[in-house]
Amino acid sequence: MTDMSNTPEGAARKKRTAKRYAAEKRFEYIGLAAVLSAALFLVILLWTIVGNALPALTYNYVKIPIDLTTEKLTAENAGSFDYRKIVRNGIYEAVPGVKGRKDRKKLRGLVSSGAAVELRSEVSENPQWIGTKQDIYLPLSDTADLYLKNLMGDITRPEAERKFSDIEIKWTDQLKEQGKIESRFNSIFFTHGASREPEMAGIWGAVVGSFLTLLVTLVLSVPVGVGAAIYLEEFAPKNKLTGFIEININNLAAVPSIVFGLLGLGFFLNGVYLGWFTLGGGFPRSAAITGGIVLALMTLPTVIIASRAAIKSVPPSIREAALGIGASKVQATFHHVLPLAMPGILTGTIIGMAGALGETAPLLLIGMVAFIVDIPGGFTEPATVLPVQIFMWADFPEIGFQQKTAAAILILLCFLIAMNAIAVWLRNKFERRW
Amino acid sequence: MSATKTQSNDTNTAKIACSDVHVFYADKEAIKGVDLNIKEKQVTALIGPSGCGKSTFLRCINRMNDTIDICRVTGNIQLDGQDIYAPEVNVVDLRADVGMVFQKPNPFPKSIFENVAYGPRIHGLASSKADMANIVEQSLIRAGLWEEVKDRLDQPGTGLSGGQQQRLCIARAIAVSPSVILMDEPCSALDPIATSIVEELIDELRQNYTIVIVTHSMQQAARVSQETAFFHLGEIVETGATEEIFTNPKDPRTESYITGRIG
Repeated sequence: MTDMSNTPEGAARKKRTAKRYAAEKRFEYIGLAAVLSAALFLVILLWTIVGNALPALTYNYVKIPIDLTTEKLTAENAGSFDYRKIVRNGIYEAVPGVKGRKDRKKLRGLVSSGAAVELRSEVSENPQWIGTKQDIYLPLSDTADLYLKNLMGDITRPEAERKFSDIEIKWTDQLKEQGKIESRFNSIFFTHGASREPEMAGIWGAVVGSFLTLLVTLVLSVPVGVGAAIYLEEFAPKNKLTGFIEININNLAAVPSIVFGLLGLGFFLNGVYLGWFTLGGGFPRSAAITGGIVLALMTLPTVIIASRAAIKSVPPSIREAALGIGASKVQATFHHVLPLAMPGILTGTIIGMAGALGETAPLLLIGMVAFIVDIPGGFTEPATVLPVQIFMWADFPEIGFQQKTAAAILILLCFLIAMNAIAVWLRNKFERRW
Repeated sequence: MSATKTQSNDTNTAKIACSDVHVFYADKEAIKGVDLNIKEKQVTALIGPSGCGKSTFLRCINRMNDTIDICRVTGNIQLDGQDIYAPEVNVVDLRADVGMVFQKPNPFPKSIFENVAYGPRIHGLASSKADMANIVEQSLIRAGLWEEVKDRLDQPGTGLSGGQQQRLCIARAIAVSPSVILMDEPCSALDPIATSIVEELIDELRQNYTIVIVTHSMQQAARVSQETAFFHLGEIVETGATEEIFTNPKDPRTESYITGRIG
């Protein structure tokens, strides 16, 4: 080969090559910058959420003397007794010397209004306490808790601008110095349902609600979705009708989720009156079963499309091999095609489920936004779900709910990560080479 | 019909008798009226240039074309005197009797044992576990693979070499005890050594099975087959004894193809 670098053509070619390499490098850097900025935003997001959520994991309790010697309290009525007065007297005893109605009311407010309920459950579990005096840790009010966590904002502001007055600060500091205040793991948050009081509000109701709803969604959308995909891919004739169905499935995947909520409201809750009878209707409002059905309808297109893609990607040679030794079409599909398509089907299902887990809009329309204090005990009982709970808490004005909101987001993310982990595990389990 | 019959096969001794077979892909006629008699326990080679319809014709014999939506077959194909396209014929039983080996080795992504055992299992051919093990062993022995895999039957069939995979596919086909084996260019994905092993195997299998093999290798057709049919543009140009066709072709097109002028 002759050296061309000195000829005009050679110089031009050198220049073109240099330009090509430069373009390659440029593209590489742009890609790297995109990835890094995405990673940065992710870190910022997680940082703020975790930072906001951490205070919600602990709560401050105050030790107050509880007098259970009153004759009205017996082992029989321990579960229904009104403990408010006992708690009240306890806090008066813990901070002695407070006189005057106004100050005493303020002092009472230092303990959570849910303290009496907490005390009731503690006494019910320990009936041997009845007739004795005990020192019991009860939750502080949310403002006192926020003050102790330094989340009240600027304490040096004029008293009128604060929710926590000077005298309350004095009492809290005093109790703290006496060692009567203890920061504990916030078990209330993880075991209680919703409440108007930030300190009594828990996520458990929403967790159970989400679990029940997703269970309904999973049980409905996976068999129907995978079945539809198998039929359309392997058995259905390719004609205008199946083409029309295919277009509709693809379009359904793009329908805004709130429309599915309207469908749930119109069909499952209200029913369609057809002149002599009502089609649909009668499903329980705000219940996991109804929410699950609506989410299943919403998830179906995702599951069908992903499953069809997975089935389509199985090499046709596998089908031919099975058919060639006399397997029926059903045998070829279920013995050979489906196992190979399983990883893809699972991935699609988990993506659909993750979408359903984070869905709020359709559930608002079927009443799952209702303020539900009790933990749902079944599919037909009123329930709410995690994203709706986050939505509601984000709307509440109390500062105490800010940490709860962040903590609930964290739990929702944990749910998602757990689901993805299961998907990855299942995929590795099913993955086979061919 | 422009096909020139150089030798009239006796229909009575034919294992498979085809007459006036047409195959259409949608409106396109891929096979234009083929008559062919395939003799029992002989290797019949279907040769011809690419796209001449030899694979399409092969797939008519075990009704594999049924799986293609737009494909339509007319005419008459008889296996042991029974019309295989008759409504009362169960295609599943037909494919058990007429096994197929494909161009690309396509073992199931399962163990070697499972690959061979699958056919007998779905047809209920084994009465016990020992019986099944025996069927698998016999099939692998017949396919000439037993000595190479007997110690690793639980390993994936896809882990074998290309030639071994193809012999595994042959073992899989003979495990359901067919009487006919169709082979669609079984060596086109194999190296010369693996090819020669498979060709020897085909020669041995002739004792027990009727074999129809599609090949684009003239040498292979000459080496393994007793009968040859030359396809051209969807028609059979010439059929006859392999020796006869290769040494003394009657039709000028056959001669052109064999000598390499067309194809």
